[in-house]
Amino acid sequence: MTLWLYALQRGSALILAPLVIAHLALILIASRDGLSAAEILARTQGSVAWAAFYGLFVVAAAVHAPIGLRNVLRETTPWQGRGLDLAMVLVFFVMLALGLRAVVAVVGT
Amino acid sequence: MSATTHTWAARRHPGYAAFLVHRVSGVLLALFLPAHFLVLGLALEDAAALDGFLRWTELLAVKLAEWGLVLLLTVHLAAGLRLLVLELLPWRGARHGFIGWGAGAAFAIGLAFLWSVFGT
Amino acid sequence: MGRIVRQELDVSIWRGGPGGAQGAFHRYRVPQRADQTVLDVVTWVQRHLEPALAYRFSCRVGMCGSCAMTVNGRPRWTCRSHVGKVAPGGRLEIAPLANLPVIRDLATDMTGFFEKWQRAGGRFVPTLSRADPPVRISAESPQRKAADAGIECINCGVCYSACDVVRGRPDYLGPAALNRAWTLVNDERHGDVPGVLRAVSEDGGCHACHSQGSCTAHCPLSLDPSAAIAGLKRRTLLDLIGL
Repeated sequence: MTLWLYALQRGSALILAPLVIAHLALILIASRDGLSAAEILARTQGSVAWAAFYGLFVVAAAVHAPIGLRNVLRETTPWQGRGLDLAMVLVFFVMLALGLRAVVAVVGT
Repeated sequence: MSATTHTWAARRHPGYAAFLVHRVSGVLLALFLPAHFLVLGLALEDAAALDGFLRWTELLAVKLAEWGLVLLLTVHLAAGLRLLVLELLPWRGARHGFIGWGAGAAFAIGLAFLWSVFGT
Repeated sequence: MGRIVRQELDVSIWRGGPGGAQGAFHRYRVPQRADQTVLDVVTWVQRHLEPALAYRFSCRVGMCGSCAMTVNGRPRWTCRSHVGKVAPGGRLEIAPLANLPVIRDLATDMTGFFEKWQRAGGRFVPTLSRADPPVRISAESPQRKAADAGIECINCGVCYSACDVVRGRPDYLGPAALNRAWTLVNDERHGDVPGVLRAVSEDGGCHACHSQGSCTAHCPLSLDPSAAIAGLKRRTLLDLIGL
């Protein structure tokens, strides 16, 4: 399992890298004139491309974050074992659910 | 375990700093992400709900927080890329140059963000 | 030793019982001498002030690695630590190596360290007998170069002591054991490379390393366990995807 978690962590990182760069660029452009719902939604609503982009982003982040947190918790707290693993699976599902809900929110018409 | 004086003296090298930055930024981003998703989810109600929240972003304190988040994301990306290079490519040495470039990139992007938000 | 310089060193030496019981720093004033090493200082204290002080050394010329201790917060070979260089202000703090159980004073129990060496797949498995001709291996092959880069390790424990992942995870095999595993993975003569890859893929194996690089930063022989561990990560990943 250790090897699989490692592979997922590095794999999700490879996917996240270009998405994060694109996201940073988007933030820099979008924040120039102030943020408004109308501007954001005008760009994203009804767009399959944005749905794919953010959908992939959410899935990759939902995989990446709990694996990282698991390492941090194992090394800095006494928490470990099955209990910690299950908690991290829960974190994955929560992030996935909230993230995909957010994608639907900005892409759905 | 031994009664140790494993102090910060042994950690004063760039590789450890890169690790610490990567770890701290990662934890903070992991805490931020659900909040980010919840705010975006406000658009499910209607655009007005999201706009209501986005009005907060005009506060200076919030803009500074956003700048902080941009920095966190950039350094986490930079430190992460360093790790991917170290591990996936057969290079020797701790790639200290990467750490410098990563810090520089974070600085540059942070500046760009500040300029786009506050500049004319 | 050299001539006496008219100064004294302010030396704190950690003393305590097994497992760190009643552990505390004891302070001593030691005459400063030219070309003095930290091992000279410890020896002087034991001979003149504290006959019961427990510490380890052997060759005293930087070949065996027995004299490793924590000096001013960093793991070092004390016989190769010039007082003038590690304590320019004349203040020395000497403690046992970190991340290892204490036997007494400055002597630590290296049993766990060597057990991990074995657990990481460090035992060579031969495939030939004495009746077979020796294997012809090119010293220039990338594999042999990778192996050669790590075989000088003398198990001094400095890297293990410097590692923060060892500190945070008692089950982590550690840089020395993993460096050794990498040399065997690259040894054409080794008869159980899959076994080594399996051993280093366990919980507490090479994937627990965060590439902080404290091992490489402190190795007295300038070895690069961090690169060896990265090599193991690459190799196990390629193995996973069937390459």
